[in-house]
Amino acid sequence: MRYLPLTDADRSAMLSVVGAGSIDELFADVPEHARLTAPIAGLPQHASEMAVERHMARLSADNITAGSVPFFLGAGAYRHHIPATVDHMIQRGEFLTAYTPYQPEIAQGTLQVLFEFQTQVARLFGTDIANASLYDGSTACWEAIAMAARITRRNKAVLSCGLHPHYVETSRTMAKFTGDELDISEPALIADTDDAAVIAKIDGETSCVVVQYPDVLGRIPDLAAIAAAAQAKGALLIAVVTEPVALGLLESPGSLGADIVVGEGQAIGVGLQFGGPYLGLFGCREKFVRQIPGRLCGETVDADGKRGFVLTLSTREQHIRREKATSNICTNSGLCALAFSVHMTLLGGAGLAKMARLSHHRARKTAERLAQIPGVTVVNRHYFNEFAVTLPKDARQVVRDLADRKILGGVSLGRLYPQVEALSTGLLIAATECTTDDDISALATALEEVLA
Amino acid sequence: MNEINPSGWRPAMNTTSIVQEIETFTGNRALQLEEALLFEIGSPDRSGVDFDEVTDIDLSALGPNARKGAPNLPGLSEPETVRHYTRLSRQNYAIDLGVFPLGSCTMKHNPRLDEKVARMPGFADVHPLQPVQSVQGALSAINELAVWLVKLTGMHGVAMTPKAGAHGELCGLLCIRAALEAKGDPREVILVPESAHGTNPATAAFAGYRVENIPATADGRVDVTALTARLGPDVAGVMITNPNTCGLFERDLKVIADAVHAAGGYVYCDGANFNAIVGRVRPGDLGVDAMHINLHKTFSTPHGGGGPGSGPVVLSEALAPYGPLPFTARQADGSIKLIEEEDAYLEHPHAFGRMCAFHGQMGMYTRALAYILSHGADGLRQVSGDAVLNANYVLRSLDDVLDAPFGPAGHCMHEALFSDDGFAEGFSTLDLAKGLIDEGYHPMTVYFPLVVHGAMLVEPTETESKAGLDQFIGAMRSLAERAKAGDEMLKSAPHLAPRRRLDETLAARKPKLVYKEV
Repeated sequence: MRYLPLTDADRSAMLSVVGAGSIDELFADVPEHARLTAPIAGLPQHASEMAVERHMARLSADNITAGSVPFFLGAGAYRHHIPATVDHMIQRGEFLTAYTPYQPEIAQGTLQVLFEFQTQVARLFGTDIANASLYDGSTACWEAIAMAARITRRNKAVLSCGLHPHYVETSRTMAKFTGDELDISEPALIADTDDAAVIAKIDGETSCVVVQYPDVLGRIPDLAAIAAAAQAKGALLIAVVTEPVALGLLESPGSLGADIVVGEGQAIGVGLQFGGPYLGLFGCREKFVRQIPGRLCGETVDADGKRGFVLTLSTREQHIRREKATSNICTNSGLCALAFSVHMTLLGGAGLAKMARLSHHRARKTAERLAQIPGVTVVNRHYFNEFAVTLPKDARQVVRDLADRKILGGVSLGRLYPQVEALSTGLLIAATECTTDDDISALATALEEVLA
Repeated sequence: MNEINPSGWRPAMNTTSIVQEIETFTGNRALQLEEALLFEIGSPDRSGVDFDEVTDIDLSALGPNARKGAPNLPGLSEPETVRHYTRLSRQNYAIDLGVFPLGSCTMKHNPRLDEKVARMPGFADVHPLQPVQSVQGALSAINELAVWLVKLTGMHGVAMTPKAGAHGELCGLLCIRAALEAKGDPREVILVPESAHGTNPATAAFAGYRVENIPATADGRVDVTALTARLGPDVAGVMITNPNTCGLFERDLKVIADAVHAAGGYVYCDGANFNAIVGRVRPGDLGVDAMHINLHKTFSTPHGGGGPGSGPVVLSEALAPYGPLPFTARQADGSIKLIEEEDAYLEHPHAFGRMCAFHGQMGMYTRALAYILSHGADGLRQVSGDAVLNANYVLRSLDDVLDAPFGPAGHCMHEALFSDDGFAEGFSTLDLAKGLIDEGYHPMTVYFPLVVHGAMLVEPTETESKAGLDQFIGAMRSLAERAKAGDEMLKSAPHLAPRRRLDETLAARKPKLVYKEV
C-alpha cells in the first residue's frame, strides 16, 4: 500500500521488540465480541491512485461548475477570481502539513502569517483587533452573540431581518440550548433596510443587535444610526459581513461604530468549494480582548531578544480553561486564513478597491439589463454587488429552468425562506469581476424565455 | 585546520561556538532567512493583481456609506508575494519534513492525490446553493463518504456538517439534549473523565450542561465504579474518549454504555483517536450513541497550520432522528436528494436545527473520501494495525530510559505515554521537548493528559518507516539521558531553531495582536 512504509520484514522485527506474535495481539484489550477479525464486509478493497482519481473525476464531472456557465449566485458565498499564486502558496508543505503552532520556535511561519492576517482583518473591518479565524461566518456570528452576552451580562439579542437565514438558524440552534433569547424576523421585498424597526426593538435588556452589512438582499443599512441607538441602551452592535470585498467600496463597520464585526472570508482567496471549508472572521474593540473566542497570535521576543510570535491569551481557551473557556473551539480555519492573507497581500488596498469597483460595475450592468425584462423589478435602492429582483412567478422553478439551460441564475428566496410565501417570487442576483457582458446577455435572454 | 581523512570525508568540526559567534549583516544564516512583516515591506498602492480599467463607473447605487479612500492594506507584487510566503514557510516544521509525533493529533502523511481531487472543478468550483440538479456529483461524493463512515463505525446515521472535532462534540451533545427534551426528561449533568480533551468539558458547558469529572483508575482508564455510582436521573450522558488520551483502550466501554442507557442517559464517544481502531472495532458495537470523527486525523486531511478540520458525527438509531440539517439521501432512482429547511418538516421533523451555513466541509470530504477509497476496507485495517505497532515499538524501545506509567500493564494503542519521572532536579518535560527541536523533530504532546505528571504523549502514526522511527528513538534516548544527567544546555534548548524560547508571559501581559505603525 503506497501510504504505508512498513514491510512485512519490518513488522516482524518490530513485533519481536514489542513482544507480540502478531498485530492482532496488540488489540487484546478490545473485548472479543467487538473485535473484528476481517475487513468489514460490503466495502470495497484498496484501489490504485489512478482508479481513485478516475472515480472522483467521474463524480466531479456530474456537476455544472460555476466557471463553465453564466453564474450569478451569492447569498453568502461569492465567486471572485483567485490568483494562481494563492493556491501555490497554500500547497507549500510547510504550511499545508503543519499543526497548530503550539511550538513557536519551529512555527514562526504560520505564526507570522496569523499576525499579519489578524492585522489585515482588523484594518478591513475597522476594528482594533481580530482573532486568528473561526470556522465560518455563521459560527462566528453565534460566537459574537455569545460574547456580547458575556460582556453585557444580558441575554436578549435582536437579529435584524436582513441577517442571512442560515446564520439565523445556526444562532437559533445554539440559543435553544444556552437559553439566550433571540428576536428574529424575515425581510420584506422593499427598497431599503428598515433601520428604524431594528432600533425600535432595542431596550435595556438587549445584549446586542446583529446587522448584516450589506444585508441578505444586498441592501446597505445605516450602521452608524443603529450603533448609536444600541450603545445608548448599553447594547453592542455586531456587524456581519458576508461579502468582504464590499469593504473595498463601503466604509468599514468598525468606523461606523460597530463593537464587534464578524464575517465570512471565503470571497477572498478561499473559493466556492460547495460551502466549505470557509473562513470565519472576527474583529472587535481592544477592551473585549479577554472575551474573544478562538486563537489569538501575539508579538513577543525570544531569549535572544529577537521579535517572534506566539499563540497568546490561551487562558481563555478550552485546553487550559476546560468548562470555563470562552468557546469550545480548537481547530479553526488556519489554511483558509493563509489563502485570504495571500490574496489580500496580492491585492493591497488599491487592488481590493479596484476589484470591488469592477464587481459593483458588473452588478449594476446586470441590474440595468434585467430591469428591462417585463415583469422583473429590481428591489434595491442601494447595493454593492448583489441585489434582489421580483419575478412574475415562483423563483425556485425559474432557477431550475435556468439551470436546465445551463445558466446558474441566482439564489431564490424561496430556497432560503421556504416558509415565507411573500418571498417566493424573490431572486437574489450577484455579480463579480468575473461576470462578463456575455454572461449578462445570456442570463437576460434565458430569463425572458423562462418567464415568457 | 582539520585534516582531510583518507576516505575523503571531512570529519565533523566542533562548530557550535563558531556558529554562535558569526554575525551577518542581514541576520540571515545561509538558508535560514529572516523575513520582515508584510506591513514593513508592502504599501497600499502596490498590487500583484491586474484589473481591467473601467472609466464609466457610476457609484451612486452604493448610497451614503460609500467609502472615501481605499483601505489601508499593504500590497505586494507577485514576485514579492511569492518570496514573502516562501521565506515564511521555511520557518515551519511540517509532516513533509519529518516525524511529527504529536500525541492525540495524528500527524500522518497527507496524500497529494487528495489535494488534486479536492481541486477538481466539480467539487471546488460549485456554489452551495446551486439547484440540486446541477450538483449531483458533489452530493454523491458527500453521500458516499457518509455511507463509509456509518459502515466503519457500525452506527445508524451521520451528521456531516460539523466543521471540526469540537463542533462535532457540540453536535453530538445537542442531539442528546434534543432526544432527552423530546422525552420530556431534560437533564443537567454530563460526566467527563479527568483524562478528557479540554474540548469535552468546554463543549458540555457551551451546550448548557454542568460538567462533573470522573476519576481515572491507576491503570489509566475510566473508573467504572465511580462512574456508575454517579449515574442517576440528572445525568444526561457521559463523554468518553476511546481509545483514551493515555493511549489505552477503554475495555469497559460496553459495560459503561449499558449502565448509562439503563439510567436513561446517552454515551458520547470522542472519536479523536478512531485512527487506532478503524477497521478493527466498530463503536456501534460498544453501545456508543454519538461519536465525531476528525477527518483531519483518521482520514488524513491536512492540518494546515491549525485547520480547517471536519468533524462528522455518527449517530445511533436513538439519536439519528435529531441530527441537524442539511443531509443527503439517495433516492430509488439513484439521484441524491438534499434535505434542508424546505423539506425537513416532512422528512426529518425532529432535526434540532443547523450547525452552520451550507453543507459543511466539502473540501475535506473529498480528500477523506479519496483517502478511504485508496486504502479500502482492507487497507484501513492495516492503517490501524501499523499505527498501533509503531506506537508499541516506540514504547518498548524507550521504556528502559523513560518512565512509561502504563507500560508494564500491557500494549498501548496508537500512542505511547511517558512521564518526566527520573529526570534530574529542575529538568522537566518541556526541556526534553525543546531538545527534540534541535534534533530536527517536532516535540510530542506535552503535559497532556493531565492525569500523568509531566506527560509526554508520542503518536508516531502508521506513515513512519522503521528506519525513521529508529532515528527518532535514538534522539529520544539521547535526550532522556541528558535530562537525567542534568545537561544544562538542554534547559535553554532549542539553540538551532529560527527562534529560541519565546517570552509567552510578555505576550499575554501586553497583548500586541495587530501591527501598529510607529
